[in-house]
Parts: sequence; C-alpha cells; structure tokens
Amino acid sequence: MRKSVIKVETVFQIILFIFLTTIILVTLLPFWNIFVISINNAQDTIRGGLYFWPRDLSFESYKTILMDREILNGAKVTVLRTVIGTPLSLLMISMLAYALSKRTLVGRKPITFMFIFTMFFGGGLIPYYMVLKSVHLIDTFWVYIIPNLMSVFYMILVRTFIEQLPKELEECAKMEGANDLQIFFKIILPLSKPILATVGLFIAIGHWNSWFDSYVFTYKPDLKTLQAVLVKILNQYQTSGMMSDQQQLADSAKRMAVSPDSLRMAATMVATIPIMIVYPFVQKHFAQGIMVGSIKE
Amino acid sequence: MKTQILPKFQNATRIEKKSKKLPLIKRVIEQKYLLLMALPAIIWVFIFSYAPMYGLYMGFVDYKPGGPFFSSFFTSEFVGFKWFSYFFESGDFFRIMRNTLATSFLSLIISFPAPLILAIAINEVNNRYFKKTVQTVSYLPHFISWVIVANIFLTLLSAEGLVNNILQGLHLIDEPILFFQEGKNFWGIIASANTWKDMGFNSIIYLAAIAGINPNMYEAAKVDGANRFQQILYVTLPALKPTIVILLILALGGILNAGFDQQYLMQNDMVLEYSDVIDTYTYRYGLQNGMFSYGAAVGFFKSIVAFILVVTANRVAKKIGDNSLF
Repeated sequence: MRKSVIKVETVFQIILFIFLTTIILVTLLPFWNIFVISINNAQDTIRGGLYFWPRDLSFESYKTILMDREILNGAKVTVLRTVIGTPLSLLMISMLAYALSKRTLVGRKPITFMFIFTMFFGGGLIPYYMVLKSVHLIDTFWVYIIPNLMSVFYMILVRTFIEQLPKELEECAKMEGANDLQIFFKIILPLSKPILATVGLFIAIGHWNSWFDSYVFTYKPDLKTLQAVLVKILNQYQTSGMMSDQQQLADSAKRMAVSPDSLRMAATMVATIPIMIVYPFVQKHFAQGIMVGSIKE
Repeated sequence: MKTQILPKFQNATRIEKKSKKLPLIKRVIEQKYLLLMALPAIIWVFIFSYAPMYGLYMGFVDYKPGGPFFSSFFTSEFVGFKWFSYFFESGDFFRIMRNTLATSFLSLIISFPAPLILAIAINEVNNRYFKKTVQTVSYLPHFISWVIVANIFLTLLSAEGLVNNILQGLHLIDEPILFFQEGKNFWGIIASANTWKDMGFNSIIYLAAIAGINPNMYEAAKVDGANRFQQILYVTLPALKPTIVILLILALGGILNAGFDQQYLMQNDMVLEYSDVIDTYTYRYGLQNGMFSYGAAVGFFKSIVAFILVVTANRVAKKIGDNSLF
C-alpha cells in the first residue's frame, strides 16, 4: 500500500517535471534561436536551417549594429527617456498618492474619482494626438516624458502602501513643526522605498519597451527610440518580399552586405539583453507589488 | 519613548477630527502643501485625459486640420452622426467587429485557462529550486516588448523557421506551412502570441490565491484518502473558483481590447482582411489616411461600448465577489 503511494507520487512528479520543462523550453527556445542566428556568419545564415547551434560563429552582425548610427542614436534616446522619465514619473505619482492617502484632504473623493474614471474611459487615439499637437509635444523629446508621467494604477499601488505605513513618525514630525512637504520628502519617500523600487522598475521597463509614441508622435530620425528603429527594420523585412531587386540591392549595400536576417536578430538581441540583465532584480520585487494591488481590489 | 508618542498621537487625531469641521478656506490653507503636491497630477489629467475626451467632439464635425485644435471645433461644420452611420453602413464594420471579437474570444479560450493550469502545476512541484526556475522563466516574456515578440514570431513561423522545422521533423506535415500568408491563421497566431507572452505573468494571481488556501484543508483531504489529483479537484479548484470567475468576468469586460501592437507589427497586406481590429483600423484611417473625424468617431464608438462592458463586468464581479465572501 505504502509502496504504491510513493510510486504514484513519483510518477506524478515526473509528469509535472516533463510538463513544466516543456513550458520552459517553449519560453526560452525562441530567444535561443534568435541568438543563434545573430551570432552566425551572415552569408551562411542565408542558407537557412539554423536552429539550435551556430554553424559558422561570427560577431560581424553585432559589429555592424553597434556601428550603425541609427541604432546607436536610438539606444541613446531610449536610455535618456528611461533615465529622465522614470524619476519624474515616480515623483508625480508618489506626490499625488501621498496627498490622496490623507483622509481629511479637501476634495479627496472627487479627485480620486477623477483619476479612477480615466482607467475606464478615454478619448481614444485621434483626439489624443490632436491634444499632443496643440500643446506642441509632437516631434519633441518631451512627448516621451510628459504624457507618460502619470499612471493611475501605479498611483493606487503607492497610495495603498503609504496608507499602511505607521502614522507615529509622521505625527511626531508634525509636533516638531514639520510641514507636509518636509514630511513627504524626509519621511514618506524613504519609507516607501520598496514600493517605489517596484513601480520604478515597471515604469522603466515601460519606457524601454515603448515604440508607438516614437513611431507615431515623432518624425525626426534623431528622436526615434531603439524600439522604433527595430519596427523600421521589421517593416523592411516584411516588405522585402514585395520589393524590387534594385531596392533590395540598394538596401543591402547600405547595410554593408550583412544579410537582413542576421542583422535583424542582432538588433533584436541588443534590445532584449538589457531587459534580461535587469530582469532578476525586477523579478525579486514585482511579485510583492502585484500582491499589494490584488489585495486592494 | 512609546509613552511619549502616545499622548501626542492622541492629540494629533483630535486635531485631525477638529480640522474636518473648519471652514473650507481654512482647511485649504492648512493643506496647502498637500494640495500643491496633487496639483501637477491634476493638471496632467486634465490635459492628457480630459482634453482628449472633450476632443471626441471632433467625431461630430467635419474636422479640417489647421488652426488651434479646440477653436477649430467651432469653425468646422457640424455633421451629427454622419461618421458613425458611415462606419456602420460600410462593409468595414462587420469585418472589424468580426476580427476584434474572434481574436478576443480565441485569445480568451487559449490564454485564460493556461495560467491557471500553470499555477496549479507549479504549486504541485516538490522541488523548491525547480519551482523557482519555472516561475522566473515563465514571467520573462511579459517584460519583452511586442516589437521583439513580433520579431521572434515572424522568425519562428517563417517557412524555414523553427516551428516548420520541428513539424516536418515529426513528419506531421510535408510542406512548410506559410503561417503569415493565410489570413485564417492570423487569429490563432495572435492568440498564441498573447498566451506565450503573458501566461506566466498571469499565473501570479492564481499562485497568490493558492498560497492563501488553508493548509488544513489539504491535511483533511489527505486523511480522507484523497490523492494529489483529487486534492487539486476538490480543494485547490473550488478555492480558486471566486478568483477564476472574477478574472473571467473582467476579461469579458475587456473584449473589445483585442490589441494593437501584436496585430500592427505582425500583419501584412495578405492577411489584412483578418488582422484588422478596431484599434488598428482607427489608427489607419484616423492618422495614416488623415480622416481625423472618422477615426475619432470610430474610436468614440469603441470607447463607449468598452466603457459599458467594463462597468457592467465590474458590477457583476463585485456582486459575485461579495457573495463568495459570505
């Protein structure tokens, strides 16, 4: 009897192991495949049939990508928007969150409603574009920063966290004559580090991954982000089947005779690797942040 | 130290209570810094959320670009519901709604149960390190941009890609499948891509719910002689039922959000008949073709229907949530 129980358990664990290993493979193999193509000799890649191992190891595509002016500039813009946008966004979100965490705040209910409502209803793309145009953000770097400053969902996460903080320190500071501004910067912000780290990482990843605003709201090539450059490369790949030979020839001459495929893969890897590097830190934090949100609901 | 704080604390709460009764102007002055801190966000929400809502009015006029946006409302000709009836009467309406709903429902069928199954499987694993590895790996695609995911899928599903290679290796097909040239495949591709990207991340909420199950329930089930499968069937799943129902209702509420990024980045002219959903349609007509008022009207239609669906879904979810609690 006991033996059969152990046997059933072992079989159960083996089935689980096979199932979950399949999930891991399905998740990771696509990345691996892209990586393999990116480190294979470009001329050799054209022959096709590259799956799990490079045939002819070469880092030429990376060299080309990392010397490409468009890619370099895209990376610069992306880093800039992430580095500038994230702290500004955190500041505005946490200031509002702190104000709304005060139960006695004048107009707390209508202000909260005003923000929550925007989670359910919006003007849509076209009027949004028109508004950006009329406040002169179209085709400027600030179109990446200012319209992305606020996120109601993250604000609620931060507010929930602030509401759970012990009130004693704050009251003490108030007795000492500190005003709300001082309390916010000297007490609330330092105490909120865990949630700010979580939300900050999410915002930063959002900045890094965002392509639509660059693609649609900017025209100058100097303002294109890395992801928008990738979209351009992707579009070239998709239309290459319909292009004339002449066009293709001109295109490949520009790209220094590196096959579009290897180049595309190398560009993809360049945009992916930074996420993979920060990912372990994010992973440590975010589960906790999501939990706070789900408890709230 | 504690005794020192306590009387002060009581004092403070008394002050707070008293401040509620003060006249409005005095309270505003007292809270000037708090209100000042909320001010940037309030200005922001008016410009970037409420001004576009007001801008929806352009769906009722024949908007011509040129001049300041809001003043041109008054100079443009009022056309009423012209753009709306244009949309409903054109053949596009049927096609767009079909694609939007088909993509959404197909995604729901595949990507809704997947995180649940994954969470239950992860929970049953005995080895802690394997558990952690599966979680870490499966969350990863959520953090990768759609541009990269589209790139990956276009590569994997190409005629010479990994998927065709594996299928041919297993002798399931003789000729490679041209995934992106047959419109009928497109809904399935989007549903698979959605599942691949967010299955792991969406399992977090189930894992959290499973962590909240009282361990005594499992002990009791074991005493009654339940095996692992029976424990899943009679303890885990019933305990997850409220979470499942609420998530399903909320997912149904968001049915019109069939996506934009995935369609826009993976579509081509050959599959446009099937790939065009409401958001890509609005973008193509409203911004690319410059039919601003028409695009705004279609967007307005979507916003209204989506709003009604989401509010209804929230109501229902709240009601069911309350019932399951007591």
